[in-house]
Amino acid sequence: MPETLLKIEGLHVAVGEKEILKGVDLTVNRGEIHALMGPNGSGKSTLSNAIMGHPNYTITAGKVWYKGEDITTMPTDEKARKGIFLAFQYPVAIPGVTVTNFLRAITKARRGAESPAKEFRAEMADAMKTLAMDPAFAKRYVNDGFSGGEKKRCEMLQMAMLKPELAILDETDSGLDIDALKVVCDGINRVFNPDIAMLVITHYQRMLDYVKPHFVHVFVAGRVVESGGSELVALLESEGYDRFIKKSLANA
Amino acid sequence: MPTEDKTALREELKGQVKEIVKDDYAFGFHDDDIAYTFKSRKGLDEKIVREISALKKEPAWMLERRLQAYKTFVRYPMPNFLSTNALNEIDFNNIYYFMRASDRAEKSWADVPEGVKRTFDRLGVPEAERNFLAGVSAQYDSEVVYHSVKEELTKQGVLFMDMDTALREHEDIVRKYFGTVIPTGDNKFAALNTAVWSGGSFVYVPKGVEVAIPLQAYFRINTDNMGQFERTLIIADEGSKVHYLEGCTAPTYSEHALHSAVVELIAMKGATIRYTTIQNWSKNVYNLVTKRAFAYENARVEWIDGNLGSFLTVKYPAIYLKGEGASGEVMSVAFAGKGQHQDAGARIIAFAPNTSATVTSKSISKDGGRTSYRGLVRVMPGVAKVHINTVCDALLMDEGSRSDTYPTMQVDEKDVNVGHEATVSKIGDEQLFYLTSRGISADEARLMIVNGFMEPFTKELPLEYAVELRRLMELEMEGGIG
Repeated sequence: MPETLLKIEGLHVAVGEKEILKGVDLTVNRGEIHALMGPNGSGKSTLSNAIMGHPNYTITAGKVWYKGEDITTMPTDEKARKGIFLAFQYPVAIPGVTVTNFLRAITKARRGAESPAKEFRAEMADAMKTLAMDPAFAKRYVNDGFSGGEKKRCEMLQMAMLKPELAILDETDSGLDIDALKVVCDGINRVFNPDIAMLVITHYQRMLDYVKPHFVHVFVAGRVVESGGSELVALLESEGYDRFIKKSLANA
Repeated sequence: MPTEDKTALREELKGQVKEIVKDDYAFGFHDDDIAYTFKSRKGLDEKIVREISALKKEPAWMLERRLQAYKTFVRYPMPNFLSTNALNEIDFNNIYYFMRASDRAEKSWADVPEGVKRTFDRLGVPEAERNFLAGVSAQYDSEVVYHSVKEELTKQGVLFMDMDTALREHEDIVRKYFGTVIPTGDNKFAALNTAVWSGGSFVYVPKGVEVAIPLQAYFRINTDNMGQFERTLIIADEGSKVHYLEGCTAPTYSEHALHSAVVELIAMKGATIRYTTIQNWSKNVYNLVTKRAFAYENARVEWIDGNLGSFLTVKYPAIYLKGEGASGEVMSVAFAGKGQHQDAGARIIAFAPNTSATVTSKSISKDGGRTSYRGLVRVMPGVAKVHINTVCDALLMDEGSRSDTYPTMQVDEKDVNVGHEATVSKIGDEQLFYLTSRGISADEARLMIVNGFMEPFTKELPLEYAVELRRLMELEMEGGIG
């Protein structure tokens, strides 16, 4: 029996007065890649933000469990140190903080101690090479003036360095051309191993040509409306989200 | 406002300052065991001005300067352009205008009095100093107690000493340039400084000489209600180059201390002067400083100016571009925490064509602190091909903090390029969420954002200063907003 890493039960989330998530149930085990697919505005990003604890998203009902621990109200930084990673759809800039210094700070936080400088540099150089990033990138300020593709690579670089147990990738494919998408997906596949799990959130199937999910969930109007295997990806590709939207309306 | 209200407000303000000083000021200790060999009585009149001059055995012309300046100080009204009444709260009769901790400037560290050394020790000053053991000047209260000039400097003909010594040993140079950049009547506080000045640095760099190490001076205030009125004059002769560096910290007091310096820089044809300051006066100090530089043909002047401490700082480093091809830069950072007001800025005046300057002002306000940028850019009539750019970035740490920008531009010429940009940003939920989602605590995240914001300034500093600045910011940010 594989260990359950993430378990979401009856999750309701509101932004201000507006309810966005209307009862989400989801279980992700170690060694699994789950794809969460849904149309724009279905609440996919709300789910990732709520799991991580964004202050603007209020959990009004339900629970989030991680490795058997209730993390519904746990502070964001603590969740991160316990091994949950969120790759942002729109990472913000931190002017004046270089990628190197940032990586040093976050790896120190995650590992509880600073790595020896030499090891750290070698590790960083290696991870950057894998993501086809110019070494000069390390001296730039985090996400400051980065192109869309550079931002996504920078997210993947952080993931590679932090070695999370649960990675949530929020529309990591958006804004990438096909070459960049391949590089980024390659990076994801390198990080994945049977000891961790991933929740890949996307609107399109094209990313899933490179990152193969074990399970696929269709997300419509704040709920998981259908779960299955990779055959769902093909179904969505041929028929679109319409039939699931109709199904969701019928159930509402 | 009725008098009772005013009194109540003053009492409340004093209480606040006491509290702030007690809570926040990390270097707030007090040396009781330093024997002051001379201390003037409180308050200011012509007799005290004469006493100061006599004690220093000054030439008659300097006494005349002081007396004339005293009259100007009394005659001038208090400046009223600040949107605060704080200047009117200064009780000029409750301030010591002169004292000396030891009778002569010390040449070697071993001769420095124990109490003074201990204070420097606790501040961590010696670490920075030891690296520059030979090029250091440190001011303790009104006079320099430790001043050792590296042999090489002497060989190059560079003069680096406190102003009192300079007046004794190089009277001709001092007389020629003293008060030529900032005349006595420039403003009320420049007049006050001219009347009672003591200490400060004097630097003369001969033609073509490049000074390889930064010349450093440390300033301290250490007596209740003591005014510190140092006077600095730096002259870089044709084609020379010098970097002067000063940092300040002050211990805790419950009454407002007054600090009013005058700094004059003269960069002759083709010379470069960089002047770096980080002031961290304790939060009861009024810091009212006049700083101005003349940049002649193809000369360059750079003011690198950090303001972290004080109750109220009023300071606008100025560059007068007086010769064709002259250029300048003012790069400043201001931090205002609880009860603090930093009114900082820059003044650039172009008297000659083909000149340029950039102004970068960064300010951080926290816990109700207030920062203002007050800038003046002026291009004199008939002066063309001038390029002056100003960028002001303000960072607000919380709702109650405040930042204002007051830029003034006086330009009549067409063939000039004068720009001004200002941004105000609030430390945002999105940045905090991003950083905490990587495992960094919220406090650490705020510090990281602040240090990043200040980076363009910090990277201009020598390493040990950059480290010291980061450490100070860490103390300022500690246990702040939840």
